[in-house]
Amino acid sequence: MFFRMIRGMLTRQTGKMAMIAFTIALGASLATAMLAVMFDVSDKVNQELKTYGSNITVVPKESSVISDLYEVDGQADITKAYLREDELGKIKTIFWTFNIVDFAPMLDARMTVNGTEAPVVGSWFNHHLDLPTGEQLDAGITSMRSWWEIVDGRWLDEAKSGDDQRVMLGHNLAEKLGVGAGDTISIKGSASSGSYEVAGVFDAGGDEDDQLFAPLDLVQELSDTDGKLSSIEVSALTTPDDETSRQAAKDPSKLTIAQYETWYCTAYASSICYQIQEVITDSVASPVRQVADAEGAILDKTELLMVLITILALLGSALGISNLVTASVMERGQEIGLLKAIGATDRAISGLVLTEIVCVAIVGGIVGFGVGLGFAQIIGQTVFGSSIALKPMVVPLVVVLVIAVTLLGSISAIRTALRLDPVEVLHDR
Amino acid sequence: MSLLEMKNVYKTYGDLNALDDVSINIEAGEWVAIMGPSGSGKSTAMNIIGCMDKPTSGQVLLDGQDISKLSRRELTEIRRDKIGLIFQQFHLISYLTAVENVMVAQYYHSLPDEAEAMEALERVGLADRAKHLPSQLSGGEQQRVCVARALINHPEIILADEPTGNLDEKNERIVLDLFRQLHAEGTTLVVVTHDAEVGATAQRVITLEYGKVTSEDGDISFGKGSSAIK
Ligand SMILES: Nc1ncnc2c1ncn2[C@@H]1O[C@H](COP(=O)(O)OP(=O)(O)OP(=O)(O)O)[C@@H](O)[C@H]1O
Ligand SMILES: [Mg+2]
Repeated sequence: MFFRMIRGMLTRQTGKMAMIAFTIALGASLATAMLAVMFDVSDKVNQELKTYGSNITVVPKESSVISDLYEVDGQADITKAYLREDELGKIKTIFWTFNIVDFAPMLDARMTVNGTEAPVVGSWFNHHLDLPTGEQLDAGITSMRSWWEIVDGRWLDEAKSGDDQRVMLGHNLAEKLGVGAGDTISIKGSASSGSYEVAGVFDAGGDEDDQLFAPLDLVQELSDTDGKLSSIEVSALTTPDDETSRQAAKDPSKLTIAQYETWYCTAYASSICYQIQEVITDSVASPVRQVADAEGAILDKTELLMVLITILALLGSALGISNLVTASVMERGQEIGLLKAIGATDRAISGLVLTEIVCVAIVGGIVGFGVGLGFAQIIGQTVFGSSIALKPMVVPLVVVLVIAVTLLGSISAIRTALRLDPVEVLHDR
Repeated sequence: MSLLEMKNVYKTYGDLNALDDVSINIEAGEWVAIMGPSGSGKSTAMNIIGCMDKPTSGQVLLDGQDISKLSRRELTEIRRDKIGLIFQQFHLISYLTAVENVMVAQYYHSLPDEAEAMEALERVGLADRAKHLPSQLSGGEQQRVCVARALINHPEIILADEPTGNLDEKNERIVLDLFRQLHAEGTTLVVVTHDAEVGATAQRVITLEYGKVTSEDGDISFGKGSSAIK
């Protein structure tokens, strides 16, 4: 009987019910879009920022001390301190391993290229790693220097045969030497020398335009620095700094045990650095400050904006529902009065009105959720240039919010229905 | 003991006495008509008897229970269990069929039972219209559905406010015939009417004027009423 009545109510006022469903759908879609974007946006912003380079650098302890003392930035050949290449893989064994998105070893040297002295950097380009965890990773500067513009030729790629004997040139250096992609140049290092083909010329928009980039093994061979590295650049997803992390960055041993646990188990740049230092012998890992801070600030602001939009959308939707449902209840005043007259209790009347709204809300909510996912993709494409992955958290959150908004919007309608006096509505005066 | 007893009942709206010291007794099984000019307080009295309204002062005893002091919730329960209501404007639920409209009353009373609801419709001669919506029924048919709805839960008293006010003569007779049957079966009936003919079918006519009872016409009317129908 109850269901026949609900069905009757819903089908009779299709226009009004459609309006209510639409209002709910609108609120639900905005909430879905905002939440979906919000939950995915930290990754998005991080990926965005990743294209601006690494956010953690690891250098040997000695060179760190010296560069701190003399305030010179870690240019090549300042010290003879090195990191160990065989420890590189350990970076992916730390607690926050899944937050390490990319990393690349760097070996700086000065060599003679076609008779001219030039800085040479050995590194990975697109180095395939099979990690002990079973994870696979293509690490290297191809993705960590994604802003490089290849003006001639192509990127080096370890997967291509023969590329271990090829090099890349910054466009300033290439101009100075008068060579381009496909040409062969001679390189003379401290230990040996050889002739190598230029695979590509790049425009980095900075110091690197004067440098020569070559595969790590090649540079190690030329300068007799087998198994040695000058530094490691790491790209990691980090949580914005707060009080604990700033304190920890100064001296982790000053934290209480509980604070230490929290800090260690949160992906702060400082705790990731700390964990990297634990696995790389005699190293100092430090966050590249500006980027890490910008990251946190941008994230905080974007999320605040989205929370505000979500709240406004839901409030608007609750207000709309409230008006529409109250109007629909008043329109059916006689019917509700009659139900009361023949013995419907307040509970029965509230149940009836509520069930009706909930039915409409379910339809509106589902439609809104679908549309909201669409919105999220549009936002993802236009703002971040990539699609938004739906985090499972979003679904229950939207369900809870839609229910809350629907109930909030029904309060006034139910009060109107309960206040209706059958005597007033049944005898039209 | 009377089924219904109103003792010195007042109902005041501002400085208007819609009911002014009204005392009425209605015995179980009686058929009473309440008559009087417009605005004399008939509907007001009906609403109080029907537990939809409370008097400003005075006592109303139904089955010996004073209903004038009950809460809204308690009144709802009494209305549900003891009273059948029939209105001038029918007040059927437009999207439910005739039989469903009867079942709604069962639903709020106890449990909907389609077979029993069909029986009630049969009694009012509408078995073949059970699946029709109110808009597909004539006024007389709609009012008969209301009668079926009013009697489905076997109320102690059926209250009808101008039940024939919107009906033509033919349908009026059909409805009055139904009342006569119910009366014969021992149902207590209270009918508010303007119509002298309808009033005449009742056993007793109580006349209200300016909220006061001006006459309580006794037994004679019963015989008179039966002849008026024929
Ligand atoms: N809710 C109210 N507020 C103010 N006055 C009211 C209210 N209800 C009824 N009245 C007044 O009380 C008086 C009696 O009204 P009631 O409806 O009982 O008359 P009635 O005898 O049923 O009239 P009718 O034959 O026109 O239906 C009228 O003067 C009416 O205006
Ligand atoms: Mg009236």
